[in-house]
Amino acid sequence: MPIILSVNGQKHSVDNAAADVPLLWVLRDMVGMTGTKFGCGVGLCGACGVLIGGQRFFSCQTPLRAVIGRDVVTIEGLGEDPHGAALQQAWEEADVVQCGYCQPGQLIAACALLKANPRPDDAAIDEGMSGNLCRCGTYPRIRKAVKLAAGGGR
Amino acid sequence: MSEGGFSRRSMLQGAAAVGAAMVVPVARGAGGGALAANAYISITAAGVELALPKTEMGQGVITSLSMLVAEELGVALNKVRVSIPDGDAPRFAPITQETGGSTSIREVYKPMRQAAARARVALIEAGARQLGIAPGQCDLVDGMVVCGKRRIAMGDLIAAASLPREAPLRDRLGLIGKPTRRIDAQPKITGAMQFGIDFRLPGMKVATLAQCPIYGGTLAGLDEAAALATPGVVKVVKGRDVVFVVADHYWAALQGYVAANVRWAPGPKPAEQGAIVADLEAALARPGHSAKAQGDLNAARGRAFSATYHQPFLAHAAMEPLACTIHVTENGCEIWSGSQVPAQARADAAKALGMGEDKVTFHNFQMGGGFGRRLETDMVLRAVELGRAVPWPVKLVWSREEDVQHDMFRPAYADRISATLDDKGKPVAWEHRIAGSSIMARLMGDGFKGVDGDAIEGAVEMPYAVAAHHVSFQQVESAVPTSWWRGVGGLRSCFVVESFIDELAHGAGADPLAYRLALMEDARSRAVLARAAKEAGWGRALPPGQEMGLAVLKLWGTHIAAVVEAKVNEGQISVPRVTIAVDCGLAINPLGIEAQVESGVIFGLSAALYGEITMKDGAAQQSNYHDFRILRMNEAPRIATHIMPSQADPGGMGEPPCAVVAPALANAVFAASGQRMRQLPLVV
Repeated sequence: MPIILSVNGQKHSVDNAAADVPLLWVLRDMVGMTGTKFGCGVGLCGACGVLIGGQRFFSCQTPLRAVIGRDVVTIEGLGEDPHGAALQQAWEEADVVQCGYCQPGQLIAACALLKANPRPDDAAIDEGMSGNLCRCGTYPRIRKAVKLAAGGGR
Repeated sequence: MSEGGFSRRSMLQGAAAVGAAMVVPVARGAGGGALAANAYISITAAGVELALPKTEMGQGVITSLSMLVAEELGVALNKVRVSIPDGDAPRFAPITQETGGSTSIREVYKPMRQAAARARVALIEAGARQLGIAPGQCDLVDGMVVCGKRRIAMGDLIAAASLPREAPLRDRLGLIGKPTRRIDAQPKITGAMQFGIDFRLPGMKVATLAQCPIYGGTLAGLDEAAALATPGVVKVVKGRDVVFVVADHYWAALQGYVAANVRWAPGPKPAEQGAIVADLEAALARPGHSAKAQGDLNAARGRAFSATYHQPFLAHAAMEPLACTIHVTENGCEIWSGSQVPAQARADAAKALGMGEDKVTFHNFQMGGGFGRRLETDMVLRAVELGRAVPWPVKLVWSREEDVQHDMFRPAYADRISATLDDKGKPVAWEHRIAGSSIMARLMGDGFKGVDGDAIEGAVEMPYAVAAHHVSFQQVESAVPTSWWRGVGGLRSCFVVESFIDELAHGAGADPLAYRLALMEDARSRAVLARAAKEAGWGRALPPGQEMGLAVLKLWGTHIAAVVEAKVNEGQISVPRVTIAVDCGLAINPLGIEAQVESGVIFGLSAALYGEITMKDGAAQQSNYHDFRILRMNEAPRIATHIMPSQADPGGMGEPPCAVVAPALANAVFAASGQRMRQLPLVV
């Protein structure tokens, strides 16, 4: 029996042998969704973040079996979430991205933050976002963008 | 070599120096209803197509180069469609696709504008002819040739347009200088963006590799059967100092590698940190090869000062781990990867395969960070080694541990400056000795004459005037592979020069700002330093344990100054605020420049506070972001950027903010703690 994985509301059939494989590699190498990024492989950088039940999980540390029966929201589906859509717009307005590689994970983390705390102050943003690394140093603009999104756009 | 930190490889190959006089060949016979302004700009009925002559790794060159083209052609920015071309040296010559040394704008600014201007004039002349109006009364606006009330779409004039040899650049600028958001953001925030590591082919396998952690060592043995018994693993490929595990997906490949229990034999001369540092320090006792010998050091009389500085190996640790997809067949080879040197990567792959370059295609991608790591082609050559041993297309993905441990590191260096101050406290003699690995020597081979032109930059042309000024370099190699890193030689020089000038100011009993200003002859450097100090409120009282430090740098055509506020508390350094003033000549995209400042400052602070790769038993000790730390958001300072108005030629922005921030921080830590920081990373 294949495993049925739900991603952004869509069902994907995955070989049963993949039950122990981290969700990151199921998404990237089996389902073929590459928006979720590999950065460190050990939960240090946050590039592989996905949302499950509104909370952020590191998909490199989450075996497929742990998400059976739940819907996984990846960066490709983030725009369907009201917070996610507001964040994506704010990301553009604040001109956040540079290389862009970490940004899917940053947006996922920011979405989880706003779901838990719709009006985060500077300290809450720093705390909520400090699990994500950005080598280009976009942190100042991420701070600004999260505030923009939390303020309902502008 | 001072301004020539750029296009290093191409200079080695004897290509013409780039600059204002460069002539860009005009592409012929583009046909298909397109006007080819040169090898990378073509105009069609739909708009303007730009094949990016430099690579994009986050520095914003897609946006800034598009702005130049849109400006000259009088089209909206969203009418410029950008593609990332394959590696192709002949197509772009004399421009090199190589992207390093803060050259994205500097090298192509003029040829880009000149080519677009020629196309503009060609279209205007064609339109004017058709309408029977003098070209001087016409302009190209929003994709239309406009002559009074009459207008013709640019696309309808392509066949009639004939490129003039020369054309004036637009003098009234609308887009250049306007803060502009980057045009490649959208796919990067929706997950649609495809980096090299994301590339997939039908029937493709995924592999990972393990390279001998001990430099110069070899593969001693492995349990191949156990690797092959791992579900999903399809093949093991062994090399002299490497094992590749090929599988249906990355996780299976990684599990196969773990099961293989790989064993290594050490090399002949294992690297040890203590011995490397001792060798560097010992080299400073010798005079080295002279890079500058101005005035007589021995004639100077006064108080003598001397200090020795140590800087560590550094990993690049870009967020996108190294990855390269390859398909080798009897007829040729296709490669898909992100490279700062796509043409070099193609040439190196062809050479390794024993094929002509025409048989090898290198498809380039936007990179998830470069910082100099992807100026090397070792990751492509590893893919070649694997690709020729398997029948499938295969994506080789490095683990983060391989990416860090088998980086080609920023060299470790030792520097010593000895200076003499006259009775007014002014330096009258300054001798700077630099010892470290030479990246240029590796690339130049027998052509290397003892002075690494990259390593000495920023030391030779420091912003201070001293009557007797000597700089020398001494090559000291270990088993550790080295390469360029963001800030290149200027990063090392700026830390040393700006730390030492601060010591001299202190020794002379002078204010560090006033002392520097009194020694600086260059008006633009003085202006940025004064501006940064004014904006930061230099001299104002800060909370206890918190102080300011400053530094200034002129390099890569840019003048930049930093004021850093540091807080020292129970052995912990934190950085609440950084103020930058920069004069990078004509500011093409101020918003992009601010982004590069923020990026460089945080990159530089990561190195200053944490960055260090050390060697033990022949191997790098660090392996991932837990022991090669980079700043997290809660550690990132508030950054204020002030751009000086200027009409000078554009300077580079990738390196300067990264290079200037560490000494400003070190000087702030001294002010706050009383401890001089002569070693990186900083420890109080």
